[in-house]
Amino acid sequence: MATVTLDPLAEPGNGSGGPSRKQRRRSTFGGGNLWVYLIALVVVAITVGPVLYGALGGFRSNAQLADKPAGLPDPWVWKNYAGVLNNPSFWQYALNSTMIAIITTVVTVVFGLMAAYPLARYQFRGREALFMVFVLGLLFPAAVAIIPLFIIITRNLQMANTWWGVALPQAAFALPMTVVILRPFLMALPKELEEAALIDGASRIGIFWRVLMPLSAPGMITVGVLAFVTSWNAYLLPLLLLQDKMRTLPLGVADFSTEHSADTAGVLAFTTLAMIPALVLFLAFQRRLVSGLQGAVKG
Amino acid sequence: MTHDVTDPARAVPGHATSGTRRTASVRRAPGGTKGAGPSGDTWRKRLEILVFVTPALALIALFVAWPIITAVRFSVYDWKGFGDLTDFVGLENYAEVLGDEVFRSAVAHNAVIVVGSILLQLPLGVAIALLLNRRMRGQGLLRTIIFVPYVLAEVIAAVVWLQLLQPQYGFVDALTTQVGLTPPDQGWLGTPEYALWIVLLVLTWKYLGLAVLLFLAAMQGVPEELYEAAQLDGASWWQTQRQITIPLLGPTMRTWAFLSMIGSIQCFDMIWVLTQGGPANATATMATYLIDEGTKRHNYGIAGAASVILFVIAFAMALAYQVLVLRRDTQDDTKRYTRAESALVGTLFRKRKAA
Repeated sequence: MATVTLDPLAEPGNGSGGPSRKQRRRSTFGGGNLWVYLIALVVVAITVGPVLYGALGGFRSNAQLADKPAGLPDPWVWKNYAGVLNNPSFWQYALNSTMIAIITTVVTVVFGLMAAYPLARYQFRGREALFMVFVLGLLFPAAVAIIPLFIIITRNLQMANTWWGVALPQAAFALPMTVVILRPFLMALPKELEEAALIDGASRIGIFWRVLMPLSAPGMITVGVLAFVTSWNAYLLPLLLLQDKMRTLPLGVADFSTEHSADTAGVLAFTTLAMIPALVLFLAFQRRLVSGLQGAVKG
Repeated sequence: MTHDVTDPARAVPGHATSGTRRTASVRRAPGGTKGAGPSGDTWRKRLEILVFVTPALALIALFVAWPIITAVRFSVYDWKGFGDLTDFVGLENYAEVLGDEVFRSAVAHNAVIVVGSILLQLPLGVAIALLLNRRMRGQGLLRTIIFVPYVLAEVIAAVVWLQLLQPQYGFVDALTTQVGLTPPDQGWLGTPEYALWIVLLVLTWKYLGLAVLLFLAAMQGVPEELYEAAQLDGASWWQTQRQITIPLLGPTMRTWAFLSMIGSIQCFDMIWVLTQGGPANATATMATYLIDEGTKRHNYGIAGAASVILFVIAFAMALAYQVLVLRRDTQDDTKRYTRAESALVGTLFRKRKAA
């Protein structure tokens, strides 16, 4: 993954908006003929079909689903969604997911920015070697460490079944990517600002807080959204570490679907409600998330 | 860790470019650092670096490095989770894992997912990206929609597909019956011959959006002049795509394929929800194997050995890919454009001569 991320051209903070987007409007080939729209329609149907099926299925009864698997709600049934929304476990899972994602995001962004700062703006021997430590961190799939991680967190650290016990390892696994994305971003900030602050007698740490932190907000949002969505969607680590009341939404969805396997409509309603926060977050930060992913891969 | 900076003024990178500013900060800075001498400042700087870097490094050491070292340690002991690590068995766990039919088939399944994901997603991704790159109504909306499955949790996608794929009562079975086919009695996921392929299709559905998105971004980085030149010379849409767009997509495709491989090799969530590795281990992967051994059977030594083997395979794959495929992308960007441009000019020139 080293070449992916070491690419100095990676500029995750460079949002896809702005003038470059307008310049690149394809003016040459306007090809909106019927076939193009037809193919696009098929692609859209396959892409969102399952999601819509889940959302609409939640409005049907199990009898309707069994009778006509491909039909629309007739009549519309509200009790599946009402049942989930009145289910205290759902809200408990949502709370756990939210808290774990927030802790993960804050720790990842703050520690990641702190580590990226000297790696980007200080001249010192061993700088590249230190950076390589983070790059190497990218090479270890989480699955490799998962069983010992489970033992260490449960026995050595006594943090099983806690928010922090899941959030901290998640942050640790997110940090290499964060540092790798943020470093070129910090490097690209103009040096003059830092110099001006130095002339005015600010300390390096003061510069970090008062100059670089505000300026790197776009980069922080990008890595923050990535960390949040990754944590929100995480399954493996919570699966091993969290039980009962501490479970997160993905665990809740998976368990609900096995425990109520006969209640398809209920499962679909539960699943649909659980996917809403990630979708809303994605729509709200679409540009940032997308440019972050592109920045990490830009060829 | 001695370094090249002795006075605070030069601590600002690239400072020497402006003479006037330099004298200014030389005069001011020592007062700012409370009169510390050169060596004091060096220490101060080292301390700052330490303060900034330590939290991240500590977390990585605690939650990444320590567990990985522990996995290696587990792998040479027979340990069921009680008492101390005393029963040293050398490489026996490795022999057992590598000799296990289930693990070997798991490696094969991983290979199918690695290769299958690329073979399915690459052509589909390029085709859809080419389509979306044309000027059309609702393009922005289309892009958003295509990316939706990627944003969903694998678990959530898996649960929805599990409902769609339910034997007899599910949507997919209803559809296949309507077309005149008989779906298998056990359901698509319950039949060993089909299960892995169905999993692969669901994974393709989930991850195609990322490929499309990245290819589209690369397409929009192609200089407009190239298209204008092609159009002036009367190249058709398809000629333009084949001669200009797709060749310029090369680096993005190679990097995307690398990410896809790394994801496929540790594939877990989707499979765990859809099939738990079944039926009859037909969809087991290395990750489901080691989770199974570690959490259900408490064979920590076996799980450790499987982890190490997974890492070695992933690492070897990554290394081979870097050396064989990605290496050519380390040259700078401009060369690629000029190469494509000259190729374009060449073809067009030939065409004009022929005409």
